[in-house]
Amino acid sequence: MAVQSQTPNPDHNHDNDHEHEHPHAEISQSERPGYYDIMETAIRELLVERKLIGADEIRRQIEVLDSRTPALGAKVVARAWRDAEFRARLLANGRAACEELGISFYDDTQLIVLENTEKVHNLIVCTLCSCYPRPVLGLPPDWYKLKPYRARAVSEPRAVLAEFGTIIPDDVEIRVSDSTAVVRYLVLPKRPDGAEDYSEEQLAGLVTRDAMIGVIPVSIEAGGPPL
Amino acid sequence: MQHRTDDTMSGVHGVVFALDEVPAFQAGNRIRVLTRSPIGHYRVPTYLRGKTGLVEATIEPAAVDNEEEGYGRNAGSKRHYYRIAIPMSELWPNYVGSPRDGLRIEVFETWLERI
Repeated sequence: MAVQSQTPNPDHNHDNDHEHEHPHAEISQSERPGYYDIMETAIRELLVERKLIGADEIRRQIEVLDSRTPALGAKVVARAWRDAEFRARLLANGRAACEELGISFYDDTQLIVLENTEKVHNLIVCTLCSCYPRPVLGLPPDWYKLKPYRARAVSEPRAVLAEFGTIIPDDVEIRVSDSTAVVRYLVLPKRPDGAEDYSEEQLAGLVTRDAMIGVIPVSIEAGGPPL
Repeated sequence: MQHRTDDTMSGVHGVVFALDEVPAFQAGNRIRVLTRSPIGHYRVPTYLRGKTGLVEATIEPAAVDNEEEGYGRNAGSKRHYYRIAIPMSELWPNYVGSPRDGLRIEVFETWLERI
């Protein structure tokens, strides 16, 4: 599975007195913690001290979040492109269809999958904060969380898309989905031309995080050569 | 005695749903987003206040009201979210793009009025 390829290279041996090849500065925290860092530490320590949550539960949840990457979403998209029945189930209930592929949802969020077509281009944003389909894509990119994208995606989506190099013709409707509470969105991009003979794994290799946010299309060039 | 039947809930014949189990709005209803500014936690962006749109879908299952949850009060406050469609031209008078461009957003039941 693609996720496993992200585990450290076994040849990269940390037991051997830190002798790896690339030089780098000592990894340490030199700046004073900020207001929110201190707030987070205080609340976390209080919750643990009062036995409302355990330190291991926090560690485990970090492990859960770290295990989620765009490779999962890419697998979902590739399956939908090759399997019409799966695609129908995915569009009817995104969460249930992802769970079919073993992708769990560790919270109460629902998932709506938005299909890009010849007539409709979907874009996702969270204007209030950074709601994002983390169970299937992992952590959002920094620009997704910053105010310029959040404000402009809902007010001038065509200009934002153009800055990503994506020009949407005027006869194509743009639908911006603002994720604010219990629903997360995932864009099902259009399957690129020229990938008719690709296997599911090859197709998944073409699907990028940004395409599943809706800021770029999937293209054979951008995704690199077939596996 | 009459009770509301609702196509979005697959009930066994004769089963009566509690009022808060049954969505107050249906796909196709025209709505307005209320103009109010509660203190505390809520999930309706200010750019939506007073805007009109169309209910596109009911989001199942019913969910806790964030405004209550923000104060630790959850019991009995479950209602539905709705996926609302609003034209960009309704939100932004000077919008540049296709007149068919639109926004989709989920809004909690207590923020909507039928028009």
